[in-house]
Amino acid sequence: MATLEHSAAAPVTDHAATSTGLPHLKLAMWLFLASDCLLFGALISTYVLYRGASTVGPYPADVFDIPYTSVSSFVLLASSLTMVLALAAIQRGDVGRSRVWLLATALLGMTFLGGQVYEFTSFVREGLTLKTNVFGTSFYVLTGFHGTHVAVGVLMLLTVFTLSFAGKINQDSSMTVELVGLYWHFVDIVWIVIFTVVYLIPTGSPAGG
Amino acid sequence: MAETRVDDPGPRSAPAPHAGRHPGPKEYIRIAIILGAITAAEVAVYYIEGAREFLIPILFFFSFVKFALVVLWFMHLRFDSRTYARFFVMGLAGAVTLFLIVLLTFQVFSS
Repeated sequence: MATLEHSAAAPVTDHAATSTGLPHLKLAMWLFLASDCLLFGALISTYVLYRGASTVGPYPADVFDIPYTSVSSFVLLASSLTMVLALAAIQRGDVGRSRVWLLATALLGMTFLGGQVYEFTSFVREGLTLKTNVFGTSFYVLTGFHGTHVAVGVLMLLTVFTLSFAGKINQDSSMTVELVGLYWHFVDIVWIVIFTVVYLIPTGSPAGG
Repeated sequence: MAETRVDDPGPRSAPAPHAGRHPGPKEYIRIAIILGAITAAEVAVYYIEGAREFLIPILFFFSFVKFALVVLWFMHLRFDSRTYARFFVMGLAGAVTLFLIVLLTFQVFSS
């Protein structure tokens, strides 16, 4: 068998023959991600609608720390890189390296989550809770849902990492890593939108202010 | 004459119609560097006073480019079957439509 030098030679027949010629699991994952777009579309719309409608503070400009959130964004982007490197490694049949990249992705995800917990804690200290105003409510619900998605992704990554020690993750079952990767990248693209819409785009004058 | 079974999936290394050529690690790293640079530019633009007037379109442009790079390269939509892309675009179009309907209904753009 020829040496596989490029991830292009990934095993692509690790699924049962289907009427579409496409693996149903991957198709289902894309369908799930499409439906999740609607969930986040609704949450982002709600945030944009309410973020400038608060009659009492704190307002977005009072609490946001852009340099801090920028570092969180870099962490999540880096985790997307380690995720694709894990996939490329498993598609080459390099289980050991894939394991390292999977663990790195999970650790970066946990770092992001730790950052979010710290951010929420500091916001609460500054007086912004879920019930303070409509900005607080819509902000915590949106970023909280995203954080929950990241937490689920970390659990999936750690599960795949553990399964690899049982010999259940190898070149022939690289689809499992690919599916977790699709979910992880989706979490990343949602953050790309949240970072721009929630943190970087300035809010107009507070209602009544 | 060799007998061929109809349900024979063929050799394991044969490319299936759903999968294209995925990039290698070097290309992934190149894309990640571009993503990092765009994020740095986003934050820089946020602090530039002179760019305030065009801040929102610039930020949306950067965000769009980052989104597209991740979806096309890291999620392989550029290389895989177009069926996946159709599914995803369908969800994305639904989300954008929902966003516009909500904001137009509550006259966010006119305030």
